[in-house]
Amino acid sequence: MAHPTVSRRDFLKVSSTAGAGLMIGVFLPVKERLIDAGLVSGQPFEPNAFLAINPDNTVAITVAKSEMGQHIRTSLPMIIADELDADWSQVKVTQADAHPDKYGSQGTGGSGSIRRSFGKLRKAGAAAREMLIEAGANEWNVDKSECAVSNGKVIHKPSGRQFTFGELTNKAASLPVPEDPPLKSPKDFKFIGKSMPGMDTRSRVNGAAKYGIDVQIPDMVYATVVRCPTFGGKVKSFNSRAAKKITGVKDIFEIEEGVAVIGTNTWAVVKGQRAADIKWNHGKFAKWNSSRIRTMMKKKGLGNAVVAREEGDVAKAQQDADNVLEVVYEVPFTSHATMEPMNCVAHVKNGKCEIWVPTQVPQRVQTTAAEALDVPEEKVIVHVTMLGGGFGRRLWADFVTDAVAISKKIGKPVLMLWTREEDMAHDFYRPTSIHKLSSTMTKKNKATSWSHRVIAPSISGQLSPERFSDGQLDRSAVNGASNVPYEISNILVDYVMTNTQVPVGWWRSVYNSQNAFANEGFIDELAHAAGTDPYKFRLKLLKNSARHLGVLKLAAEKAGWGNKLGKGRGRGIAVHESFGSWVAHVAEVTVNSNGNFTVDRIVGAIDCGVAVHPDGIRMQMESGIVYGLTSTLKGEITIKDGAVAQSNFHEFELLRIDEMPKVETYIVDSHEAPGGAGEPGLPPVAPAVTNAIFDATGIRIRKLPIRPEDLRV
Amino acid sequence: MAKYTLTVNGKKHRVNVEDDMPLLWVLRDELGLTGTKFGCGRGFCGTCIVHLDGEPTRSCMIAVDNANGSKITTIEGLSPDVSHPLQKAWIAEEVPQCGYCQSGQIMTAAALLEQKTNPSDKDIDVAMKMNLCRCGTYQRIRKAIHRAAEEI
Repeated sequence: MAHPTVSRRDFLKVSSTAGAGLMIGVFLPVKERLIDAGLVSGQPFEPNAFLAINPDNTVAITVAKSEMGQHIRTSLPMIIADELDADWSQVKVTQADAHPDKYGSQGTGGSGSIRRSFGKLRKAGAAAREMLIEAGANEWNVDKSECAVSNGKVIHKPSGRQFTFGELTNKAASLPVPEDPPLKSPKDFKFIGKSMPGMDTRSRVNGAAKYGIDVQIPDMVYATVVRCPTFGGKVKSFNSRAAKKITGVKDIFEIEEGVAVIGTNTWAVVKGQRAADIKWNHGKFAKWNSSRIRTMMKKKGLGNAVVAREEGDVAKAQQDADNVLEVVYEVPFTSHATMEPMNCVAHVKNGKCEIWVPTQVPQRVQTTAAEALDVPEEKVIVHVTMLGGGFGRRLWADFVTDAVAISKKIGKPVLMLWTREEDMAHDFYRPTSIHKLSSTMTKKNKATSWSHRVIAPSISGQLSPERFSDGQLDRSAVNGASNVPYEISNILVDYVMTNTQVPVGWWRSVYNSQNAFANEGFIDELAHAAGTDPYKFRLKLLKNSARHLGVLKLAAEKAGWGNKLGKGRGRGIAVHESFGSWVAHVAEVTVNSNGNFTVDRIVGAIDCGVAVHPDGIRMQMESGIVYGLTSTLKGEITIKDGAVAQSNFHEFELLRIDEMPKVETYIVDSHEAPGGAGEPGLPPVAPAVTNAIFDATGIRIRKLPIRPEDLRV
Repeated sequence: MAKYTLTVNGKKHRVNVEDDMPLLWVLRDELGLTGTKFGCGRGFCGTCIVHLDGEPTRSCMIAVDNANGSKITTIEGLSPDVSHPLQKAWIAEEVPQCGYCQSGQIMTAAALLEQKTNPSDKDIDVAMKMNLCRCGTYQRIRKAIHRAAEEI
């Protein structure tokens, strides 16, 4: 097939209605053509933003990525405004509705919003800047080389005359889009690399920020939904008369996924749900619990595995070895537990549907609702609210289905809200996993092989069982395991799929959290077996991995690696690359004689290429550390009688302020392309802590979460 | 159903609700004051904290009947223009990430500063440990409370 000619102009599209000024959509109208032409490959094209320069001199940036605490509504505009040389006070941000044609993929995940769009957004800002300069030059009838931009103005340098962007925007809109606008030299960046104030911080300290749960529209009713606690179970019966006796309850009915209670306020529907005395047909999975799942996984793990990476000959290395070290690491299911429980406002009317929802996937919401209602996608309008946490949970649209089904049935707008109990019982959990690791060593303690078998449920397998079944490789499940960076001559990484009825999903850093714990714990064991300092041991095996070395050295130096710690104290290190960034943590712990311990300090170093918004990166490191500590020290989801045993925050505990270690973050100075920031800080947390515990006590923790009894000998 | 007159942020509101309705839902669903958030419904997380006669109170755990006659302050009433020292400190330290828990955090901290104008780290731990934050903003919360205390 001949490749159609593709102009670079396809990356930027100018649209202009009379008098509306210059509008540049950073998007791709013909994605398939570009894929055919090899201009965009496997990387999803995520344009993320839409820039309009208005005659009133505002620079309006529509952000098509969801804001869930990562300050994307600050950092994406910074990139455009920098190349445009706008004044920051001109910049106004609005949130995009779902619109695949306009914005490309709006999915917010994989720590990808900046790294997948940095170059394109710069180019958009630069193109607009060049067009404004040309418009100014035309007005003054001078050569454009005599003109420049500065803080939202086009200036004719010799005469000092100037126009605001607003004054030129209509003229600029009629000019051709430059195909290759010059980009700034990094030394001239005015926003990139500066910590600009958070676009939404003010509204987050006075109660004004609107989350999904805060949407109130005329004639709206409230609803809650309960599903069978046992995965795969169905409704058997419920007492609708008792529910309707509750003041404010308007209706109760079964929907596909459970029982919906409708009323005039949230309290009424919560009481109605309790009164309804719902009985369930629990189904086959009711016979399952965590220990049965673990037994099944262990047994399956003895059988056939599919190879993810093979170098050299591990079997031969094992035959020839003087020493073999074999260990097993284990990680439980865990929950996202966003502070804002799942909710969605839907209004189905006359074959149309309008939705307000905190989501990481506006377009998945749109297609989900369209399918549920059997209407074309353009009949579904999706407004994205602020998200009270995402972490991967809001990559699913299951709760949207509830809201749409209810609104369709009652013909009114509805705010469908899950209780915390429902939210905890029906998450898509971080997969539990078992890791069998072994290594061989020579008499001189040189590691000659590394093998790692990952035994875990597959998220892809749950989504597409026809494509990913037993015996097939889910590459995602070995993320962080198959790319183990250490230079060991014989490597074998393989995978065993162990799906159950427990829904699994993308939990912050996905499989990197489990695999990094196994890798970085085990490499520490090898270092100690070799009688070598674990930091120096890593340096030696990573001598050709500059970015691993960079973060290791920075974290170790800032933490004072090698300095003596007091009695009962220990220090551990771990490094991991994920989502295009490299992170090393040094953790310090104090362990008491009764096994209680505290994590006192974590020093983190990140290399994420160009640091677009350094304080945002520090926040994400702090956040990844706290999220990672919760899953290291507490937050565990267990299964009892086929259902989640934890119901609320007394049983699924989160890290609290009095347990917060002192956290220091250092960012490697880099001109490399940007990497991710939301997730990479998490994976090395758990192993840094367990390695520190080993340093303090000589006890090796291979199972999360860590319990005080593990530390009592 | 019963009629109550609630004084919220200095303004009187008449509501007609069930006497066991938690104050949280009166504020949010009846009065449209959505700055106070729902997190767990059982008093575990602190996102719903408001002041009842100056005392930090979990609004999901107190029935409207027991709030009747009290002076209620929510995040919307902490200051008219984001000028409370804590709000200013929260902005200066860039505390919020997703921001969902921050109303409760700030209201708890505001009650702490009413009692102790210069709280120690230990005081902050004791006062703030029942306020959960899933984004992990604790370190900045601590800094912001110290910063606000300096201003007061």
